[in-house]
Amino acid sequence: MMIKLKSFKIGKILLVIAILGLIILPLVGCGNGGSTNSSSGDNKSGSNATVGSTEPFKVGLIIPKSNVYATLGENLSNGMTMYFDEIGWKAGGREIQLLQEDEENDAQAALRKAKKLVESDKSDVLVGVVNSSIALAIRDYVDQNKVPFLVAHAGAVGLTRAKKSDYVYRISFTNEQVNFPNGKWTYENLGKKVFVIAPDYAAGKEQINGFKKGFTSAGGTIVGEAWPPLGTNDYGSYLQQITKAKPDAVYAFFAGTDAVRFVQQYSEFGLKKKIPLNGSGWLNAEDVRPAQGGAVEGVKGSLYWQLALDTPENKNFVENYKKKFGKEPSGEAVEGYDAARVIAEGLETLKGDSSDKLKVAQAWGDIKFVSPRGPIEFDKENHMIIQNIYLAETQKIDGKLQNKIIATFKNVKDPI
Amino acid sequence: MNESLSILAMQVLNGLAYGMLLFLLAAGLSLIFGNMDILNLAHGSFYMLGAYIALSVAQYLDNFWLALILAPLLVGLISLVLELGLLRISYNRGHLTQVLLTFGLAYVFNDLVRWIWGAAIHTLTPPASISGSLEIMGQTFPRYRVFVVLLGFVIAFLLWFFQEKTRWGAIIRAGVSDKEMVGGLGINIHLVFTLIFALGGVLAGLSGVAAGPILGLYPGMDFETLIFALIVVVVGGLGSFTATFGGAIIIGLADTLGKVWFPEASLFLIFAIMAVVLLVKPQGLFGGRAA
Repeated sequence: MMIKLKSFKIGKILLVIAILGLIILPLVGCGNGGSTNSSSGDNKSGSNATVGSTEPFKVGLIIPKSNVYATLGENLSNGMTMYFDEIGWKAGGREIQLLQEDEENDAQAALRKAKKLVESDKSDVLVGVVNSSIALAIRDYVDQNKVPFLVAHAGAVGLTRAKKSDYVYRISFTNEQVNFPNGKWTYENLGKKVFVIAPDYAAGKEQINGFKKGFTSAGGTIVGEAWPPLGTNDYGSYLQQITKAKPDAVYAFFAGTDAVRFVQQYSEFGLKKKIPLNGSGWLNAEDVRPAQGGAVEGVKGSLYWQLALDTPENKNFVENYKKKFGKEPSGEAVEGYDAARVIAEGLETLKGDSSDKLKVAQAWGDIKFVSPRGPIEFDKENHMIIQNIYLAETQKIDGKLQNKIIATFKNVKDPI
Repeated sequence: MNESLSILAMQVLNGLAYGMLLFLLAAGLSLIFGNMDILNLAHGSFYMLGAYIALSVAQYLDNFWLALILAPLLVGLISLVLELGLLRISYNRGHLTQVLLTFGLAYVFNDLVRWIWGAAIHTLTPPASISGSLEIMGQTFPRYRVFVVLLGFVIAFLLWFFQEKTRWGAIIRAGVSDKEMVGGLGINIHLVFTLIFALGGVLAGLSGVAAGPILGLYPGMDFETLIFALIVVVVGGLGSFTATFGGAIIIGLADTLGKVWFPEASLFLIFAIMAVVLLVKPQGLFGGRAA
């Protein structure tokens, strides 16, 4: 009788594990679903307006609001809000509305949100998306339904190569682009034998691939690879593999909590003193450095933007962002800011006429300007942004850990 | 000494450290479930609260040790209030009500933490005496993990002593076997439940603080760890802290060593162990003592 009771209890736990695993995890902390930011609240009714010209132009933003990438989403959204605030939420004579949805780190859920934004909320364009597999799912939808889609973070190379679409433009980066020039630099400055490590998922593989292209074509050798699962708690076992391989340098891609844990443990396990750590710039990005503490000193990373970038455009941006949000911007905030500018300027060149969706997308492709991250323009061939890549090392300057730019790679194209 | 052997020894130490965190977390869960028959899905939230409260305490008082003591006690207080205010009402309303209630609470805490501390990632910084690294057998090993292993053993011993050698422990053991009988013996079973629930909260809070420097603090840490704690309870079985301890060590080691030997299948490995245990010994490897 007692045994029966106990196994019944165990059964109950199992049921809960199954429920948690199947339903809850993808929605972890599923936050506020559809918050809307629109112009300063003046409620113009569009009922008797002529179609196309005075109706609000609706921008559907899909970003993570929960899970490990929640902060990235928040920063993206902040950057967009900031730019639209600067131009008074108006472009080409039309009011701009920003609708936001949580991508939930799940392709099916995000696709549903994209459909909702387009079909029931009547969004004119879609923007955002952090997770690449989600971006690819949405890409097929917008390609079939002719909705301009400005990718503002996801870096999967396929989006602007094999799966490029007339309706898809990318203002962010590709996973290979940010690492490619760093490969040659690593060979010339850190050594000929490198160990690579990144989370075991598509973006991780592509990030490392970009590095390898640059590094091996310069003559370097990869002496070991490790692919821990995304969200690994404990890198101890991988760090010991690295010690064993005795490389000249380690090249890593980690972001968010993964970057915090990896960099901390890299230092705790004593590797930092022996082997230089280089990687893509999420490793020592602004959003993770406070949590990494002293462990991040000396870590290098290449990215499309750095807080320390000494240009008038960037200084201005950083100062205004701090004033508005009370914290320093991140690379995602710049992506959001630039994405908003591309959308607004595109609408401006079309004089507010968004009736031809293909023209809306093509107008994006002609836009070029000097962003906080430096000069940017689109590659006409693949709709992919051409931009500078900056290599920054975290150094202690005036007693405070800061990223210092130690190399600038100019006008980098996606390395096909 | 052979290098690969010393690397293996380091992995085992790593696995033990992770196992200890799981033990602290799962001990409370198993205690509450075994005695009160409540599967507390807000247990992961207690873990998360412990870590975040410790973050604030450590920031204001600039003392990790105080945070390590105060944060679990505060979490214990929160769980005490919850038991008295909410759970008590639900006791005679069946399991579904309780699962929904504690699950709802988990979401409330998740949003509350995001609201108070934000969505950014934080970590706890241990004091200099237990941070940095040690050289053991030619390998470098983080000192803090050694501390976690020791802490785990000490708490495990204290809990074992409490359960096996004290009168309160005897009441709890009796409660796992037959609650009605315990009530019939004139023991205030409600008070026992309240204290057990609070103790569970303290343990979860403690594991949150202890995990802070290793795993970090971020929204979603609550649900992520809850699954592992549930698996530990299934593998170890109900009934005693010893069972949970065994389960936690097995899962901690399997997870860590699995990553070294079968990196592609490390998560699968844990579920495979759970499945095998369920087939061979459905009441858990060390459970079912009461039966």
